[in-house]
Amino acid sequence: MGLLSTSVSITRYKVEGKIEGPVLEVVADGLKRNTINEIDNESFDKAVGWTSLEDPFAPNFDGSSFSIGTHMVFSLRIDKKSIPSKVLQKHFKLAVAKRLAESGREFLSRNEKTMLKEHVKNTLSLRIPATPNMYDVIWNYEGGTLLFFSNQKAANEELETLFSKSFKLSLIRLFPYTMADLTAGLGEPEKDVLAKLTPTKFTE
Amino acid sequence: MLDVSISYNRYKFLGDEFLTWLWYAIENEPEAIKNADNEVYVLEVGNRIVLENRLGEDSVESITIKGDDAGLEEGRLALRKGAVVTEINLVYRSGDEEWRFSLKGESLSFSGLRPPETQPIESKDDLEGAVLEKAFLYEKVLVLLDEIFNRFIRFRVHNQWQGEMVPRIRQWISA
Repeated sequence: MGLLSTSVSITRYKVEGKIEGPVLEVVADGLKRNTINEIDNESFDKAVGWTSLEDPFAPNFDGSSFSIGTHMVFSLRIDKKSIPSKVLQKHFKLAVAKRLAESGREFLSRNEKTMLKEHVKNTLSLRIPATPNMYDVIWNYEGGTLLFFSNQKAANEELETLFSKSFKLSLIRLFPYTMADLTAGLGEPEKDVLAKLTPTKFTE
Repeated sequence: MLDVSISYNRYKFLGDEFLTWLWYAIENEPEAIKNADNEVYVLEVGNRIVLENRLGEDSVESITIKGDDAGLEEGRLALRKGAVVTEINLVYRSGDEEWRFSLKGESLSFSGLRPPETQPIESKDDLEGAVLEKAFLYEKVLVLLDEIFNRFIRFRVHNQWQGEMVPRIRQWISA
């Protein structure tokens, strides 16, 4: 679900740290260095990288095209190849039979089977196109906030890792405790009370 | 600050208490959820509410009420048995505009957020304006949630919570 969809999911983050140097140039550089790589003709089964909101299959971060108003807007793209287990099973069995026939043996060792399965997976990965998923990002640099348009755990984790790698800044996910601790404007004595809170009983 | 994953799990109850309080405030103390500008707006429970009652270490009773005109009596009954709200669908109206969204207590992340309708994008030139318009509409509901949550958390870390607010919520639950 992209930010322009009729219905969206949003996870909020606080961005910790400041960029050294001209912000747009540094961010453009981070986006370019970590742009998604196509893996359709590769044996990799997964790729994670940045892409453009405007054209997710032809990313372009030239000329601060990702800067809109006070926001920086781009997308996380996760491409994954999933080989159906029955397809993998079929090709693995065929490969085992072929190997046995060629070697004249009756059994393959566990190690040989593992290696053969890996080989079959890689061969099939070359033939299967990856399924792309895009998750949009709105980053307000001055405000130190970021909106990520997904609540999926795996997508959020990929975002946190890639963001830190690309811009050398940390993302802190906002949920009840971090909202209370970091953004609610509580003083130190109140934060001490917060840390010691225990659940309320609403029934007597 | 505590490690993020530790604090997420240890203080999950804060979000559930917030949603429970929010339901109480919507029905009984709408002035508690006015925003800072005292803007005239409506915040209502939408078409879904989920409550959970922890019966033991590994046992959870879950009650889901859904439907556009569903009565919420079953929810109050669940509260009476010790449940808290873990998920709620809300409708926010300001002027002629309406936002619908769901919040989960443990994360307070938004799902199914439908902001007011915006102009369709007909060409690439429309993209920038559309992004800005959407960003503005998302911001509006996020700011509202922050203001309400901040009000709740100030209550929560104050003696007023246990001394005044909890008795009032108990009274509502048992009424």
